[in-house]
Amino acid sequence: MFRFILKKLLYLVPTMLGITLVAFGFIRLLPGDPVLLMAGERGVSPERYAQIAAQLGYDKPVWQQYLHYLGNLLQGDLGNSLVTKKPVLNEFLALFPATVELALVAITIATVIGVPVGVIAAIKRGSWFDQVSMTTALVGFSMPIFWWGLLLIILFSGVLGWTPVSGRISLMYFFPQVTGFMLIDSLLSGQDGAFASALSHLILPSIVLATIPLAVIARQTRSAMLEVMGEDYVRTARAKGLSPRRVIGVHALRNAMIPVITTIGLQVGVLMAGAILTETIFSWPGIGKWMIDSISRRDYPVVQSGLLLIAAIVMIVNLVVDLTYGLINPRIRHK
Amino acid sequence: MTDTTVKIPDAAIRRRMLREFWFYFSQNRGAVIGLVVFALLVLTAILAPLIAPHDPTQQYRDALLVPPIWQDGGRAGFLLGTDAVGRDMLSRLIFGAQYSLFIGIVVVAIALTGGIVIGLVAGFFGGWVDSVIMRIMDVVLAFPSLLLALVLVAVLGPGLTNAMIAIAIVYQPHFARLTRAAVMGEKAREYVTAAKVAGAGNLRLMFRTILPNCLAPLIVQATLSFSSAVLDSAALGFLGMGAQPPASEWGTMLAEAREFILRAWWVVTFPGLAILVSVLAINLMGDGLRDALDPKLKRS
Repeated sequence: MFRFILKKLLYLVPTMLGITLVAFGFIRLLPGDPVLLMAGERGVSPERYAQIAAQLGYDKPVWQQYLHYLGNLLQGDLGNSLVTKKPVLNEFLALFPATVELALVAITIATVIGVPVGVIAAIKRGSWFDQVSMTTALVGFSMPIFWWGLLLIILFSGVLGWTPVSGRISLMYFFPQVTGFMLIDSLLSGQDGAFASALSHLILPSIVLATIPLAVIARQTRSAMLEVMGEDYVRTARAKGLSPRRVIGVHALRNAMIPVITTIGLQVGVLMAGAILTETIFSWPGIGKWMIDSISRRDYPVVQSGLLLIAAIVMIVNLVVDLTYGLINPRIRHK
Repeated sequence: MTDTTVKIPDAAIRRRMLREFWFYFSQNRGAVIGLVVFALLVLTAILAPLIAPHDPTQQYRDALLVPPIWQDGGRAGFLLGTDAVGRDMLSRLIFGAQYSLFIGIVVVAIALTGGIVIGLVAGFFGGWVDSVIMRIMDVVLAFPSLLLALVLVAVLGPGLTNAMIAIAIVYQPHFARLTRAAVMGEKAREYVTAAKVAGAGNLRLMFRTILPNCLAPLIVQATLSFSSAVLDSAALGFLGMGAQPPASEWGTMLAEAREFILRAWWVVTFPGLAILVSVLAINLMGDGLRDALDPKLKRS
């Protein structure tokens, strides 16, 4: 098991280095002088130019620049935002909990609904439930979520007036950040209505973000269940007279969950891409909106480091999923 | 002794395979519906100049935000209403079909070609060539596709062409991986060895001998990528990084419509519905293709 983990970790190194190369190369591929882009200033005098170039290390050969960049990364120095002048890492850490909260609620919705729907659809294969749920899943899978978000705003905020259009909580409430998760912090603050306000802000964005993972999980659960239910051990369990509930709940479901857990884990990349759109539509102050704003403001140090951090997070989550897969799948565990 | 085997002409074999494919494909009702809708979409795109009632960029200054014809205030000339600068929604939607199909075709063509060549090389040669190529593909796959496409567009500059290139680059590793896996499965088969013994060169072995036997998964992936390309390019358009106004690309139309969502539901609803219906039709077709081309699923 230890060797299995070590091997997976070693596999990560070249990809991680590749990601830093992409982030490093990004600034140099941009049209225009990288020194001016990173300085974010106009009408720079030659002396100032040389000063900035030396400060950023851009007067050295490219390979030295890359090593310098890597060295900075290892010390947690991701550069400063051109707009706010603050360290990129601090900005990222301040906004990250908002995205995590949104993503966690979304993936929870997707799992809690998707898995049972997939299981029932598989058990009742060909029934109206199977057909309706799988058609709905395909519609969800094909959904342009930025449009879906707008539709929900029209209905729930415009016509019904139930939910607010943007933000994380009403401006009436103010309390210190403890966990960074608005749902928990609002409860801790003990203020009347704060939690309800946070929840009403969160509900539409998380539904939008959950849509595609929900469809994928339901479809994957159904096909995994169907595959498992055709296996010999399930037939054996049935033949020895176990109740259908036990056959499905214990023998089939536990084995079908192995690929499903992987699928759920792999939705992290989908969630990050979805967060860009969802956060933009709902003005949710997370890293997706931060990236979009930075791209349109040409705040390139932020774009560079945001790209790096998001890719690193996706990779780490995928690694954890891989390891979990190894843990729960005896065939891999004992190899 | 005379040879008693009957040689079936290639054309007949192909016809028989096609008939078998159609048999399985047509069993799937959803797939057939998808195919019909997709065919209508193609027709709409081709015939757009003939069937669109108005010029998609013509601004009728006396008809701003006119609602659809069945709603109070609707006007006979504008079936689905007009947008904020008085352009006919229906005509813009019809011309938008051209964008979506064009984007899908270009993206899939680039990603497929690149992915096949890279995957063939990696799978055929193996060893360090394979390791290096696949690690590079891993790097591309580590980024969420929309994010990487966005950043690539930031590098290349916003616009439809650059958006298509960016999306194709992001999709290409999927094709490379699939091709590689299929090639590695086929490489050790007897017919490849036979061709090698017969003196076929590497290029011939890769493209003529092995590739045709790896096509099934690639066709399915191409269909799925087609629908993803329509979605992602609409997302880029929506974020202002894809096709630029006044193009009647559906995502760009949605971006322009955003500020009117609470005043004029039709400028928001119809473009998104067009995206959803097209993507859904292609995905339905993809499901049917997968079932018809995958021999494992056929028998179950």
